[in-house]
Amino acid sequence: MLSEFKIEGGDFTRAGYASSQIKKILKNLNVSPDVVKRVVVALYEAEVNIVAHAFKGVIVADISNSGIKLVLEDEGPGIPDIGMAMTKGYSTASQTVREMGFGAGMGLPNIKDNADRFEIVSEVGKGTRLSIEIDFL
Amino acid sequence: MIIRELCEMVSGRIVCGESRREESVEYAFASDLMSDVLTVRNGNFLMITGLANIQSVRTAEMSDVPFMLLCRNKKATEQMIEVAQENKLLIVESPYSMFRCVGILYNAGLKPLF
Ligand SMILES: Nc1ncnc2c1ncn2[C@@H]1O[C@H](COP(=O)(O)OP(=O)(O)OP(=O)(O)O)[C@@H](O)[C@H]1O
Ligand SMILES: [Mg+2]
Repeated sequence: MLSEFKIEGGDFTRAGYASSQIKKILKNLNVSPDVVKRVVVALYEAEVNIVAHAFKGVIVADISNSGIKLVLEDEGPGIPDIGMAMTKGYSTASQTVREMGFGAGMGLPNIKDNADRFEIVSEVGKGTRLSIEIDFL
Repeated sequence: MIIRELCEMVSGRIVCGESRREESVEYAFASDLMSDVLTVRNGNFLMITGLANIQSVRTAEMSDVPFMLLCRNKKATEQMIEVAQENKLLIVESPYSMFRCVGILYNAGLKPLF
């Protein structure tokens, strides 16, 4: 099953909507609560990153019997040094983003911890693409 | 610790989920940074924060957190209460600072997660 969501950069009132929808779907499919939490925490962090750091993006969620694959692709500044961005505590979040409760530099490392398979590719000046896979069993 | 008693200790007021005031909670975690909260694996704790916007409620939703204490006299917005109700999240507002809330509740036996 495929679901798609469009994300607007800077729109913190709607950030988390896609993650909330996916949570409802997974609960209805009786996926175990621990797995649901791993999926939605990873997705929410990735969704907020688009809102906080990029101009706009698209989330595609592909749910099967065995797991979920999330692809988040954005148009934005990209990430010059992915190794640095993956370091706990590293953040370039603006003051506005910090006022919204983000900018700990914990999002990307936490996405990786929650995922069974995680990939990030980015091109400076173009955008960033994340792929997050989590198995249900 | 029973939520009703917790409210008395921090001069708190339940603004959402009042019917669950006799439920109890054993652990708490305090932060204004949502990504800190999101690193906590287990969800059964009281989230203490001064962040009164929709993202604190979304964070509780994703984390399966059942109770939130809004300190520093922050008020839950209408949008927060709406999403909180959908997710069966109880919200308490307290006029006290985070330090004061945390000190009182720690002394009264609420446990840290780590
Ligand atoms: N989609 C993105 N586009 C551009 N830069 C990004 C994107 N995602 C992350 N980054 C960069 O990587 C850094 C680290 O991201 P990470 O999610 O770990 O922390 P953060 O978003 O700054 O804070 P938080 O702890 O609230 O997630 C960001 O500060 C930003 O510089
Ligand atoms: Mg982030």
